[in-house]
Amino acid sequence: MARGGRAAMSTPAPASVYRSGEGLGLWEHRGKVAAVGIGHSPTARRWDGKPANSVGGISLAALRGAIEDSGVDPADVDGLVMDPTTTTGAFWPQGKPLPWDAINAYERTDDPLDGITRLSAEWMLKNMPELTGVQFTRYGMGCMSSAICVAAQAVGDGRTHTCLVLKSWHNLEGRYYQGGANAGNAIPGSSAIRSLWGTPACFGTAVQFAEYCRKYGKSHDMMAPFIENSRNNGLKFPEGYWAQHRPEEITPEDYKAARWIAKPANLFDNDMPIMVSAAYLFTTAERARQLKQKPVYILNHASSRTRPRSLTPTLDEVEEDTARTARKIYEGAGITAADLSFENMYDGFALFHQFHIEGLGYRGIKFGEALDFYQTDISIGGPNPVSPSGGNIGCGRSRFWMHTDCIQQIQRRASSRQVTGVKPEVAVSGGPMPLGGNFTVWSSTPG
Amino acid sequence: MKQGVDPDDLTRPFWEAANEGRLVIQYCADCDRLQHPPGRTCHACGSGDTLQWRQVSGRGRIYNYGVVHDCPIRLLQEDQPFNAAVVTLEEDPGIQMYSHLPGTPVDEVPVGEAVEVVFEATANGQKVPEWRVAGAQR
Ligand SMILES: [Zn+2]
Repeated sequence: MARGGRAAMSTPAPASVYRSGEGLGLWEHRGKVAAVGIGHSPTARRWDGKPANSVGGISLAALRGAIEDSGVDPADVDGLVMDPTTTTGAFWPQGKPLPWDAINAYERTDDPLDGITRLSAEWMLKNMPELTGVQFTRYGMGCMSSAICVAAQAVGDGRTHTCLVLKSWHNLEGRYYQGGANAGNAIPGSSAIRSLWGTPACFGTAVQFAEYCRKYGKSHDMMAPFIENSRNNGLKFPEGYWAQHRPEEITPEDYKAARWIAKPANLFDNDMPIMVSAAYLFTTAERARQLKQKPVYILNHASSRTRPRSLTPTLDEVEEDTARTARKIYEGAGITAADLSFENMYDGFALFHQFHIEGLGYRGIKFGEALDFYQTDISIGGPNPVSPSGGNIGCGRSRFWMHTDCIQQIQRRASSRQVTGVKPEVAVSGGPMPLGGNFTVWSSTPG
Repeated sequence: MKQGVDPDDLTRPFWEAANEGRLVIQYCADCDRLQHPPGRTCHACGSGDTLQWRQVSGRGRIYNYGVVHDCPIRLLQEDQPFNAAVVTLEEDPGIQMYSHLPGTPVDEVPVGEAVEVVFEATANGQKVPEWRVAGAQR
């Protein structure tokens, strides 16, 4: 079969693939799909212009890493689920000459920026001739969290039996979101209704957090142990940006002294855009048991598709939805909060992590209690690990550290990050936002 | 200073009303429900034919706020830090509008206080609804 023709016109998975409704019962494929292999590219703050470090180049490294790690024959891979969007907020500047050296270093598609500032399944398959058997490609849009849902469902449904799952990010020069329309003198009326006030990306989360502090009598300083713990865990994540490039702890004093971005969100409540790619290999539970790594079974995937009533979600809207999401997560997996060995909910921005874990009722905490919980032992060595991956705060912006960590912890190969105060048996990860996220339950046994 | 606004089809009535000193919000006649930001269809019933624009009183309350210290918009960067408040409408507290709260000192925002709409010129002269604490000096 001609390469490149196989994956022509890959499309986003339809909304029906995601388990966003309530009352769906146990997931029909509970325990029948497993993650086995993991591949990560090296990280970088920005692209240096070298072909191998382009978003296409690092994606090849991640996918090949996942194949090798799982021990499958590349010819046995028959599925690829990925996100074609790779931007962290950086776009190729208009009028800037295209990077032809990098473009021509690979088999290209009709779009010269494919592999540079975006990534199609076609590009991936053209550049991986060893993948001779891929007959299923699909896009899970936005995050690894959605790609995981799409891939888990596809393997469960029998559309692919050995499926690579990929998410990659590019970052170019310049400050985050400072170009384009934001540098202009006028903007279209529809976006002006929201954008004229100059609120940075973290603003919605910042004001939700402000409302939370007023309602429950908490303070921003109470976040310091969470930030310190996240960076500590991230520095134990050899695949992460801070561990690789800037092994710097964040002390409570550093945190409290950091400059504001949108008060009450400061610099360390925001994550840092980087270049990175990760891939997983999913397969059926039966096939997984023949492979090199210990299978990590997927008990459920669940999604939130809730939209706020107006410009930004209120605390009531957030709490209602995180509680609803938790019901979906637990119902489909057939578990309760008491079954969670640890949690790896999303943290980029740090100031919404507490919404996720209060919704889950992790360790019995209720709304308004997470910041007090952060003042107790939340380390990987204690009985109540919080964000053992270190998340985006500890490792840089990828929105996938939490998934890699769940798989590695349950496989007991999280190296110096391995949880020791609990047995790693069942965990949940997912995000991004409290409204609109995608979540996965991972388990050491099929159920 | 705020960026200028180029009204588009969806939002032209909102911006034209602002230039006339009136605040109008999209309204679904079938659902008897305001919605903001405006959409092509009603977020509740999905209909596009039932949407109108309804003038509201221009009275509201400060629901919440943050202080922007690192703004992505070039034209606003010289004004940093500045208040960015979430104001809710008297007619329907579920409807939010953003505000810089002109006249209110930075980070001294009285959450819960009543506010009144004013109309402020942007970089290209298009006026935009803003909000002042009720009774404050203009
Ligand atoms: Zn309606």
